[in-house]
Amino acid sequence: MTLLLSPNAQWVLLSTLILGMASGMIGCLAYWKRQSLMSDALSHAALPGVVIAFALIGTKFLPVIIAGAAVSALIGALLIQWIRSSSRIKEDTAMGIILSVFFGLGIMLLTIVNRTASGNQSGLDGFIFGQAASMTRQDVYVMLFLALIVMLVVFIAFKEWKLFLFDADFAKGLGMSNRLMNGVYLAVLVLVIVIGIQAVGVILMAALLIIPAVSARYWTHSFKWMIILSALFGGGAGMLGTMISTLGKGWPTGPFIVVASSAFFIFSLLFGAQKGLLIKALQLRTQKKQLIRPWNAQVKLEKGD
Amino acid sequence: MAVLSVQGLNASYRRNKVLDEVSFEVQPGSLTSIVGPNGAGKSTLLKVLLELHPKLSGSVSFFGSTFGRMKTRVGYVPQRGSVDWDFPTHALDVVMMGLYGHVGWLKWPKRCHREKAMAALEQMGMADYAGRQISQLSGGQQQRVFLARTLVQDADLYFMDEPLAGVDAATEQAIMATLNELKTAGKTVMVVHHDLQTVEDYFDHVLLLNRTVVAHGSTEDVFTKENVYRAYGGGLRWVREG
Repeated sequence: MTLLLSPNAQWVLLSTLILGMASGMIGCLAYWKRQSLMSDALSHAALPGVVIAFALIGTKFLPVIIAGAAVSALIGALLIQWIRSSSRIKEDTAMGIILSVFFGLGIMLLTIVNRTASGNQSGLDGFIFGQAASMTRQDVYVMLFLALIVMLVVFIAFKEWKLFLFDADFAKGLGMSNRLMNGVYLAVLVLVIVIGIQAVGVILMAALLIIPAVSARYWTHSFKWMIILSALFGGGAGMLGTMISTLGKGWPTGPFIVVASSAFFIFSLLFGAQKGLLIKALQLRTQKKQLIRPWNAQVKLEKGD
Repeated sequence: MAVLSVQGLNASYRRNKVLDEVSFEVQPGSLTSIVGPNGAGKSTLLKVLLELHPKLSGSVSFFGSTFGRMKTRVGYVPQRGSVDWDFPTHALDVVMMGLYGHVGWLKWPKRCHREKAMAALEQMGMADYAGRQISQLSGGQQQRVFLARTLVQDADLYFMDEPLAGVDAATEQAIMATLNELKTAGKTVMVVHHDLQTVEDYFDHVLLLNRTVVAHGSTEDVFTKENVYRAYGGGLRWVREG
């Protein structure tokens, strides 16, 4: 626990908090765009870019690594779109293809780079499961800055996102450019993925996008509150997971963040105020009681006769 | 001047040609039903006109100009099934969406917008449901919310894709009353319609469509047994005999 008191650890905690919040918000957009799995494909597709960027500059300078990851993820996204539009292959199959091909390529490149002297010590492996503790102060600044941009994009265009996600055709009729919205959506999705992969890792990054949004859905019938709650769940999971992972030396961050996030999900599934299992069971019981009461009364009357 | 003029419009949908040399003109203040069998291209026609679906060739003019320039004068009520009603929002919020163009992009709606949206809900007899979660509305109520959302746009030409499909009698009456009010106010309305029984009662113009225009004109002149047979390609029992 003393680790947590060091200024560096506090910065790392702050960065996973903000990262979790940003990905929770973007996760809501992905949820209603029915593209939760897309985020998984794109985060896996980021790995080759990470390794190639490192191989090119020879150090783990985060802005360049992020740029490499972003290019790689975008190529993955374009390929998914291309496969879908130019063949009879459906989107989920296209995502499956790109996810595995890119991830396989990434692991292959990583193995090669790790054979070299500089690569061996690089800690690039941390990008697979996430190693928040390996973040430098500089990395934290870059991440915070980009995460805040992502959150700002959701905030200032809140009304536009709502319209676009609910009824894109109608939005177009009002003069909104769907091409622009799709472009911005893809940009913020890729951005939040690439800034998250150092802390959470390419394999589990999607969980931080998907799980908080689904958890938030159990609590509210308002899009605004869904985004706010999803940000809180994501941020909470990011911070909690990071804290737990600092307890052991060399523990990866990603899995702990996902476990924390899943704990929020299970709690929401059971106790969620709008769609939770408990509230549903209670509602059903009250309705049954209301139905049975007059019937019971009648039975008593008949017995009295 | 025609409100809408379509010349030689061709469009395909997944390699099938669904619109073949479609040409017609719509006069202001008319209430037209677009009628035809399944797969006749009715919904596609609306989508091509609103530039939601690409056309292969042909020209379309709105108020003597392009759709792009006249966008704000055109309102569209899509099919109810085209959106996910589980989306977390309430009825008033959906109606407000119709005003987003007026509110301005990246700006927050003001009280006057909320009042206008509320008035449209009231017009559709939905004032009591303003705060109701949209997933908890009945099909007819959802349709009324959709109509209210388009009403607030204050357009001059309205397109509606099967607004009367699967709604109860009360909703059907409320919607038809609204359409007639629009007509009285000099607006033009085009409705994709399925129920041949009510065409004569509800609409003053008919566009019989089966990939191409079978007949178009006033209901009296055009909605004849022969034309309907031609549009539906036989196999249809003419119920109104005698």
